[in-house]
Amino acid sequence: MRPCILLSALWLCFFSLLAVFEEGMAQSLGDHQYTSADIEAGARLYAAECALCHGPTGDLVDGVDLRLGQFRQPLSDFALRQLITTGLAEARMPGFDFDSTELDSIVAFIRSGFDPDGIAARVGNAGRGRALFEGKGGCALCHRVNGRGPRTAPDLSYIGAIRTPTALQRILLDPETAILPINRPVRAVTRAGEIINGRRLNEDTYTVQLIDSEERLRSLLKEDLVEFQVSRSSTMEPTTLSSKEIADVIGYLLSLRGLQ
Amino acid sequence: MNTTQRGMLLGCLLGGLVVPNQLLAQVSHERIQTSADEPQNWLTYNGSYMSQRYSGLDQVTVSNVDDLELKWMLQNQVVGAWQSNPIVVDGIMYITERPNDVMAVDAVTGRVFWMYRYTNAPNATVCCGANNRGVAVLDDKVFMGTLDAHLIALDAINGQPLWKTEVGDVNRAYSITMAPLVVKDKVIVGVGGGEFGIRGYIAAYDADTGKEAWRFYTIPGPGEPGHETWEGDDWEHGGASVWITGSYDPELNLTYWGVGNPGPDWNADQRPGDNLYSDTVVALDADTGELKWHFQFTPNDGYDYDSVQVPVLVDMDWDGVPRNLMLWANRNGYFYVLDRVTGEFLLGKPFVKVNWSSGLDENGRPIPTPQPEGSPTWPGNQGGTNWYPPSYSPRTGLFYFLAWEDYATIYRKEVSEYEPGRPYLGGGFRVLAPAPGAPTIGIGRSSPINNWTDEVGHGAVIALDPRTAEPRWKLDQFDVSDSGMLTTASDLLFTGGREGYFHAIDARNGKLLWKASLGAQIVMAPVTFMVNGRQYVSVISGHTLVTFGLPG
Repeated sequence: MRPCILLSALWLCFFSLLAVFEEGMAQSLGDHQYTSADIEAGARLYAAECALCHGPTGDLVDGVDLRLGQFRQPLSDFALRQLITTGLAEARMPGFDFDSTELDSIVAFIRSGFDPDGIAARVGNAGRGRALFEGKGGCALCHRVNGRGPRTAPDLSYIGAIRTPTALQRILLDPETAILPINRPVRAVTRAGEIINGRRLNEDTYTVQLIDSEERLRSLLKEDLVEFQVSRSSTMEPTTLSSKEIADVIGYLLSLRGLQ
Repeated sequence: MNTTQRGMLLGCLLGGLVVPNQLLAQVSHERIQTSADEPQNWLTYNGSYMSQRYSGLDQVTVSNVDDLELKWMLQNQVVGAWQSNPIVVDGIMYITERPNDVMAVDAVTGRVFWMYRYTNAPNATVCCGANNRGVAVLDDKVFMGTLDAHLIALDAINGQPLWKTEVGDVNRAYSITMAPLVVKDKVIVGVGGGEFGIRGYIAAYDADTGKEAWRFYTIPGPGEPGHETWEGDDWEHGGASVWITGSYDPELNLTYWGVGNPGPDWNADQRPGDNLYSDTVVALDADTGELKWHFQFTPNDGYDYDSVQVPVLVDMDWDGVPRNLMLWANRNGYFYVLDRVTGEFLLGKPFVKVNWSSGLDENGRPIPTPQPEGSPTWPGNQGGTNWYPPSYSPRTGLFYFLAWEDYATIYRKEVSEYEPGRPYLGGGFRVLAPAPGAPTIGIGRSSPINNWTDEVGHGAVIALDPRTAEPRWKLDQFDVSDSGMLTTASDLLFTGGREGYFHAIDARNGKLLWKASLGAQIVMAPVTFMVNGRQYVSVISGHTLVTFGLPG
C-alpha cells in the first residue's frame, strides 16, 4: 500500500487544474463579490485618501490591519461603509464624503486584501448569518461553534480570526478545492476488517491520527492497515444559499473569534 | 579481521611504542588524513577528508540493529534548532550549541567535562537561525567559527580560549555558522551572509597563532579571471557565501568548497552575468588558496540554489578507468559527477522534477527555462536537496542523500538597494500550496501537527547509482526532512526527518530495519563511534542529543 504514490499522481493532475481553476474563479463567482474594476478604483482612492493614516499596507493604526481584514471588531460591508462615512471620533478618524460607487470601491479594495488581482467577497449581517448557519444553511449539522454541535467537521469557534472573507467565500462555494489538506476525509481498513471513516488530524510516514465518524480519536499504524485512502473531495457540499445569504454567513463566521 | 580486532591490534601496536600519553591524545593532521584507520573516532565534520560519512564500524549490523537501546541523552541548554555535528576523539565528544557554546562530553555517559560560552557582538546577524554546525580539532586544540564572524581556538583539555581572530566584519553581517576544516597546520572557514550582500570568501588561518594564511574571494575582484561575469559594482555585494564545510584530497593537495547563492537572491536581472563563483564548486590549493579549477552549477541564479552541499570525494572506475571523482546532488535538482583532478563534467541528471532548466549541455551548463511570473518553479526555494550531508558507501557503491519531492515555489522579483548589514533579497517567494491560504513548509518544524501535509512536498531518501545517476531505491517520508546520512561497513544507513523518526535502513535495498520516534525534528546527520569496544550512534532530535548502543 503506497498512499504517497497514489496521492502524488493525483496531485500532479490537481496542479494542472489549479491554474485553470484560479482563472475561472473570478468569472464564476458572479455577484458574490466585487469586480476587479471596483478593486482598482478602490486602490486609487485608498492611496489618495486613506493611506496617510492607515499606511500603504493598511497596518499603521493600532489593532487594525485593513489588508488582512482585521478590525477592532468584525464589520459587515454595510457597517464598514457607515464607519467610513461618519468617521470614528474616539479614534480620531474623520468621516469621508464618498458616493455609493466610491464606497463600493474602497470596501472592495479592503476585502481583496489590497490585491488588484484578488477576490473581494461581500460581507453581510452576522445576526442573519447565524440564523442561516444554524438553520437553512445546514452548517451546524457538522460544524461545532463555542461548545455546541458535532465535532466531525472542523470546529469553527475561532474561524473569523484565521480566515479572510475571501477564503470563507471560497470554501462555501467550492469546498473541494478550498479544503485544507490536513482536514481531508480518510478511509482506513484494518487487518481485522474494521472500516474507519474520519477526518484527518495529523499524519506522518508510519501513522495517522483522525477523528472518526463516531467522534472518537483514533491513531492508526499504517502497517496495520490493508487499505488507507486520503480523499481528494470534501464531505461538505457547495452551498446553495443565495449571494446575499452567503454574505451574511461570512459576516457571522468573521464574528467567531474564539474565547474573548 | 573485524573492526574490534583491528582496534585492539592498533592498541597493542601503539601501546608497544614509546610515545608520551600527551602526544597520543593529540589529533595530528596525519591522523585526520588516515581517519579510515581509526573508525572508532569521528575526527572531522564529515567523518573524513573524503566527506563520505561512511564509517568502518560494523558491530551494529543489519541483524542486531533492532536491539539498539538508549544509552544517554544530552539536553541542549538553549532554544532553537540544533544543527551541530559532534566530533569524537578517543572517547571524548566535542559538540556546540547555539549560539556559540562548546562542550566536551564523555561519549559513553553524556556527562560534560567542560563548557565554553562565547558572547557574540550584539549586532551579529544571520538569515536563518543562530546556528552553529560544530567544531574542528587539530592536535590539542578545538576551533569554532562564531556568529559575529570570528574564529576561536580552545584548549581541548580544559576549554580555555587560546586565540581569537576576526574573520569578517560583523557590521556588514558577515557570520560563520559552519564547522571549520583543518588541513595540515591551517584552519579553513568560509563566511555566511549571502542574504545581506556580503562578498564571500574562504580563508585559512594558522592553527597555532590564528594569523590569516590565505584568503580566496568567491567573487573575483577587478583584474581577476571571472570578474567579467559581474557588471558595475554588483561584485562588491554579490553574496556567494560559504556556509558548509568542504573536503580535501591529500594527494592532490586540493580543498573543495561549495559556494552559496548570488545576491540579491531572487532578482537575477539585477546582476547580469554568470556571477562567478556563486553556486559553484571551487578547488583550491590547500597551502596557498590558489584556484585550480571551478565548476558552476547554476549561472545567474535567481532561485537561491546555494551550492553549499558537501563535496563527496570518491575513487572509482568510470568507463572502466579508475578516476578521482566528486559526487554532488545539488540544490538546483541535478545530480553531478565531476572529475576532481580537473573539474571536468562527466554526468548530470535531475533527481527531482526540474523546470527552471530543460537540461544540461555537454559541459554541464544548464539550459535555462525561466517560468512566467506567478508560475511555479521546481524545485522550490529550499531546493531538491540542500546542506544536509549525503553519504557514499564504498561497499554498495551508492550515493545516499535527502531529496524534497513535489515541492515548488512561486518567485517574485523586485529591485533591492544594497545597504551594508541589511537584508538584500531582491524579492521573495511562496510555496505552491494545494489550497489558497493553506499552511506550507517553513524552514523548520513549528508544530507537532503536519498541517501542510505531503501535498506541498515530502522528503525521500534516495540511493543513487553514481554511474547512471538513476536511483537504485528510494524511501518516501510523509514530511520533508533536513537530515543528513550516515553509512557503515555493515551496510546500515542511518538518517532521520522532521517527524522525529530516527531510521536504520538496509543500505543495499532500502528496507527499513529499525526506527525510533525521538519526539522532535532531526536535522543534521548521525555519527557513529566506538569506545571500549562498543559502537555507539548519536543523533540530534530537537534540543536533545541522543546516543544509542547495543545492550550490555
